[in-house]
Amino acid sequence: MSSPLFSVEHLSKRFGDNLVVDDLSFAIAPGECLGVIGPNGAGKTTTIRMCLGLAAPDGGSIHALGLQMPRDALAIKAQIGVVTQMDTLDPDFTCAENLLVYGRYFGMKDAAIRARIPALLEFASLTAKADAKPGQLSGGMKRRLSLARALVNDPKLLLLDEPTTGLDPQARHLMWERLQLLLQQGKSILLTTHFMDEAERLCSRLLVLDHGKKIAEGKPRDLIAQFLEPDVVEVFGAGALATAEGPLRALAARVEVSGETVFFYTDSAAQLLQALSAHPQLRTLHRPANLEDLFLKLTGRQIREEA
Amino acid sequence: MQSTTLQHPPQAQSPWRMPRPTLRFWPVFQRNLLVWRKLAIPSLLGNIAEPLMWLVAFGYGMGALVGTLTINGTTVPYILFLASGSICMSAMNAASFEALYSAFSRMHVQKTWDGIMNAPVSLDDIVMAEMLWAAFKALFTVTAILGVMLALDISHSPKLLVAWPILLGVGITFSSMALVFNALAKGYDFFTYYFTLFLTPTMFLGGVFFPLEQLPPLVRAVADWLPLANAVALVRPLFMDQWPTNALHHGGVLLAYALVSFWLALGLTRKRFGQ
Repeated sequence: MSSPLFSVEHLSKRFGDNLVVDDLSFAIAPGECLGVIGPNGAGKTTTIRMCLGLAAPDGGSIHALGLQMPRDALAIKAQIGVVTQMDTLDPDFTCAENLLVYGRYFGMKDAAIRARIPALLEFASLTAKADAKPGQLSGGMKRRLSLARALVNDPKLLLLDEPTTGLDPQARHLMWERLQLLLQQGKSILLTTHFMDEAERLCSRLLVLDHGKKIAEGKPRDLIAQFLEPDVVEVFGAGALATAEGPLRALAARVEVSGETVFFYTDSAAQLLQALSAHPQLRTLHRPANLEDLFLKLTGRQIREEA
Repeated sequence: MQSTTLQHPPQAQSPWRMPRPTLRFWPVFQRNLLVWRKLAIPSLLGNIAEPLMWLVAFGYGMGALVGTLTINGTTVPYILFLASGSICMSAMNAASFEALYSAFSRMHVQKTWDGIMNAPVSLDDIVMAEMLWAAFKALFTVTAILGVMLALDISHSPKLLVAWPILLGVGITFSSMALVFNALAKGYDFFTYYFTLFLTPTMFLGGVFFPLEQLPPLVRAVADWLPLANAVALVRPLFMDQWPTNALHHGGVLLAYALVSFWLALGLTRKRFGQ
């Protein structure tokens, strides 16, 4: 692996007595897409804020592009593009003006920005909306304008905090396509997401955070193989819960109950499926284990409401 | 435990460290200018309509009753007395409105500041830009009103050219003060206190409508230290084609308000943003 573009070592952050980031270390290689997944309150956004020098760490160090945070915050940010969870587009400006004004924050000359605007709008599929204001755009268009804005300085690294939250499937797929294009162009991406299919599709490596700690790290497929049995059989319908305690239990390596559904994790589902066929009132779903199973196994099924 | 292995323990920075604005404030100022250019005409009408109403209603209405006043041995018509005070009040109001309601919208409601800070622009630059922007808007308003006053032939003193940069300074003082309250605000309602508990009394005690000599000694002593009274003390003589007395003292008071307020505003804003 080539030397990292961005590295974080032993990072920690406290809010009062609450340790929100706890001894976190990771690195992003050039051209890599690193995904950060974790429940609400796991410390994802706080980590990104520290990576941008917007929050001061209580411990640890952040290096990027041969420079150090927070000392060289402005020099590092000059080479980074950011899309935050909440759009911060200027409502009074058109799409093109949003890009122009944002480029100026990087010290770019107006002529240089104007030369980039058509390509950026094209990339965001917003050419026809150049003169529209954000209030006239759909949610997906706004997010793509935010992405285009993050690219105005031609950054080496993009920090994307839940870039597809709240988008419909069409808008999400278009966003994924654009992000894949950026990866093909050699850009590096740090992405936080709640969508496991997004993480699996885009990320070459994943970091699982919970309570501010790194609890797993690796390639999506490797993590699934490492932590989970390959097959999952979901059982639901009248009387499903009883199967979790009955003789079927012995046919699975691990059984979990969530609500009205029983999850059987197994290395080979054949015997289990045959046994289940004796219970026609039960509905079953047989599928390979996926990232969502991994996520729930590692972080639990409890709802995390923000404190 | 993990912190024992740290190589570079980050220094906790005090929010009260020295302000370090750079030229990167300019694109932020430019941003506000671009928004304003789109709304300049209605915004201008709103900004000068109210001061002109004061001037017409009080100047001509009260002026007919009062007639003339004697200031420093010079007899002047009431409308000149009022105009020279109310232009300072206009600078105060324009700067305060912009640095409270508009700055708060950008900082808290639209999250414009958060977006800007993801680019290589520091919070110091943003607060600096907002301060200068509100002062610029005050200057713009004041310039328009001065134009109307010249057209009405209220004053044609060449010394008004000196009043102009002083009024920019008045804008800087009041925008810095307003940014302190912007940094503390949870919502727009908070600003009502600033207006009713500070700016309104300031308006009456600042020497805009009547000479401060009319006030009881104790109130007078307080009023003398209000920034508006010092602004009026600088600007009024210029309208009367005279040089202000104690100019250094009055200028010094305004400068002290501006410097202390800006430092306080920046420190409180840094605290608000956890920097």
